[in-house]
Amino acid sequence: MLKLKSLDDFRTLQDRLQTGRDPDIPTIVIPAGTCGQASGASDIIRVAKREILAKELTGKVKLRITGCHGFCQIEPSVLIEPARTVYPNVGLREMALIVEAVAKGEVLTDLLMKDPQTGEQIEKQDDLPFFSKQVRTLLDRNEKVDPIRVYNYLEHGGYSSLAKALGKRSPAWVIEQVKDSGLRGRGGAGFPTGLKWEMLAKQPNGQEKFLVCNADEGDPGAYMDRSVLEGNPHSIIEGMLIGAYGTGSTHGVIYVRNEYPLAIKHLVIALRQASELNLLGKNILGTGFSFDIQIVRGAGAFVCGEETALIRSIEGKMGEPRQRPPFPIQKGIDGKPTAINNVETWANIPVIIDSEAEAFAKTGTKNNSGTKIFSLVGKIRNTGLVEVPMGITIKEIVYDIGGGPSGKAEIKAVQTGGPSGGCIPADKFDLAVDYDSLTEAGSIMGSGGMIVMDENTCMVDVAKYFMHFLKDESCGKCYTCRKGTQRMYEILDDISAGKGTPEHLDLLEELAVVVRDTTMCGLGQTAPNPVLSTLRYFRDEYLEHIENKRCPAGVCKELIHYSINENCVGCQACVKACPEDAITGEKKQPHTIDAAKCIKCGACRSVCKFEAVDVT
Amino acid sequence: MINLVINGLNVSVEDGSTVLEAARFLGFPIPTLCHVDGLSPYGACRLCVVEIGQGPRAKLVSSCTYPAEEGLKVRTASARVVRARKMILELLLASCPQSKTIQDLAAAHDVRQQRFKQEYEDCILCGLCVRMCEEQMMAKAIGFRGRGEKRSIGTPFDIKSDECRLCGGCMYICPACQLRCTYNEPENAICGGCANLSPPCIEKDQFDDMMCYLDPCVACEIQKDK
Repeated sequence: MLKLKSLDDFRTLQDRLQTGRDPDIPTIVIPAGTCGQASGASDIIRVAKREILAKELTGKVKLRITGCHGFCQIEPSVLIEPARTVYPNVGLREMALIVEAVAKGEVLTDLLMKDPQTGEQIEKQDDLPFFSKQVRTLLDRNEKVDPIRVYNYLEHGGYSSLAKALGKRSPAWVIEQVKDSGLRGRGGAGFPTGLKWEMLAKQPNGQEKFLVCNADEGDPGAYMDRSVLEGNPHSIIEGMLIGAYGTGSTHGVIYVRNEYPLAIKHLVIALRQASELNLLGKNILGTGFSFDIQIVRGAGAFVCGEETALIRSIEGKMGEPRQRPPFPIQKGIDGKPTAINNVETWANIPVIIDSEAEAFAKTGTKNNSGTKIFSLVGKIRNTGLVEVPMGITIKEIVYDIGGGPSGKAEIKAVQTGGPSGGCIPADKFDLAVDYDSLTEAGSIMGSGGMIVMDENTCMVDVAKYFMHFLKDESCGKCYTCRKGTQRMYEILDDISAGKGTPEHLDLLEELAVVVRDTTMCGLGQTAPNPVLSTLRYFRDEYLEHIENKRCPAGVCKELIHYSINENCVGCQACVKACPEDAITGEKKQPHTIDAAKCIKCGACRSVCKFEAVDVT
Repeated sequence: MINLVINGLNVSVEDGSTVLEAARFLGFPIPTLCHVDGLSPYGACRLCVVEIGQGPRAKLVSSCTYPAEEGLKVRTASARVVRARKMILELLLASCPQSKTIQDLAAAHDVRQQRFKQEYEDCILCGLCVRMCEEQMMAKAIGFRGRGEKRSIGTPFDIKSDECRLCGGCMYICPACQLRCTYNEPENAICGGCANLSPPCIEKDQFDDMMCYLDPCVACEIQKDK
């Protein structure tokens, strides 16, 4: 690969790439992140390649494999550029037809998305309600860039922010820009990034300084960092390079969890390409600025996302948080000043430098500028990654973008912030999504998980689930966190089994407050949030479990029983589905469930087409 | 020197001191379990929490690990601190009721109830033995393993470590599992030295050579009972 010896070399290359591109050639874009591949993207890519070769369309139709576009519900999907036609849930046979249609410039109307309300067909991706309300500054690039081709990234303006910073500007200008942009850490706590960088820059020079990209994304149901890493690894590298230039850092570390093999693969390729182009390493673009990045793979401990534990893990020690102060900015990796930022924060840096602070700060609200990616999952129609400006209300995300509940049951709450977050009830959906309002409501922004829950979700069960997660994932150092989460789980388990007493609730609340107060790191301090927030907004559900020994959502196994009502037509579907042979009944005669044999697995309910199985 | 205020009293301490040291210098009692002078502070038991900061920013920190900072205002026995300590002791009593150290602390802090399901564990994972082994005995024979609920202390793969010199320092320092000799299960024993004597402890001299902290020998006591 060409070694770029100066900024002029870089600009020449970028100009050549940009002028050499013909945007009018029809391009088939197939998102193939981990999620896409799991739903069959690899197969349709194979078909697309075969069809293009077989029909001799090379040069007439282009194919681009990209990272995840965000709309999980429709994967494997295909996007046609420049028309921006989108085909959902593409099968192998459909793929062959699509290639043919693209070559002829046609649109296959049968395969288009249908609006669930009006039944109208929607052709363009940007007209889908899921996309039209989003502001996609980061995810947009996932569509445009093939993650393993650096020229593709350069073509779309990649590394020009770095060149801009290195060119006429000074490190102080970079920090000033990031500060003025009002960017806050996307990892969850929302510390102003510019301020952090300024503190790092102020540490005495002439020593090693570290920048870390925290890609140890561990919240259940959250995967935006993975998508960005898989889909656009160069943006992280560019962000870190700009950060290093601004703060005078010498080494970079990307701490990524080993469960993201595709992200690691793309990162390794991207790092190699960047060094080959002289965008990384010694004397970058001939400017005398040097910076190198290495990858450290995390071994799957949730707590290693906490910055002091992450540092210890990078040092090769046990992932266990330590007392702050001294903060990592003073004493981090090997005792050297270290600044740690989340993947999404780094991805935002090139955007800020490119558009400059003022333009960036226009998106979002005053103290919460820019966009934030959320992973919208749970009982919602449109599952996927949504990028929205800060300050948007939960209602807009859930109903306008998410399309409302997936089933018949009404949505009752949204859980934000993963295990450290809390549940926000439906009557508070007018709440603006930003760091401060979410904290006030008893939850946190967190890294951006948003789990939607409907009437069939039991809040005691939710709290129990998160406590189970946390009791396994606490590092175990602080006694109150280790034992506190175990005891909270124990109490919740008792309540969900109908053994709870009103005293249990008081004890649970008392314990939760002490755990929050007395633990050392962020994990323990926020661990009681799922309990405290469900107690705050859904106390009546807890009381229902305790006083009436009833689970209103029909989830807690010990408190429910299954029965068959008069809707039963005697189709025998449930009889076949029951793993315990607990259902009896002749054909065309109403069936009955033997409560003694029933293990409450719900198999009968899920196969019944006549809503004849009741849970009470 | 660093000047800070503890319970309204001004105190100056050397750079690098902890809040716990400053408070003890003034004579304010702060209970600890995982702290021993001479071993590095760890902050595992959380009993030594104190309240710092003002108003909504007030928070609890473990005084054994928190560095004394200029102008810091510390309260060692505020209502919030006392409530937290009582809950921690209640948790400790619920899990390790047999430790005399924990019983005494609970009594001293007026803990009169235990509302959790009773467990009978020994180890509270305070890490004193790990630090004793590493920092004072220079052996690093034992360490922490696992995380969360599955965290435990022991040698790698539960095999007797070649680094272990059978000094008994780990048992000496332990606040919870005092006098716990694992002679009965020599293959799992951290020490297990006496199990190599055959028959155990018949030669008192040999037992003395092992410098076992458990004097009289627990193995002999067990035999005597039979």
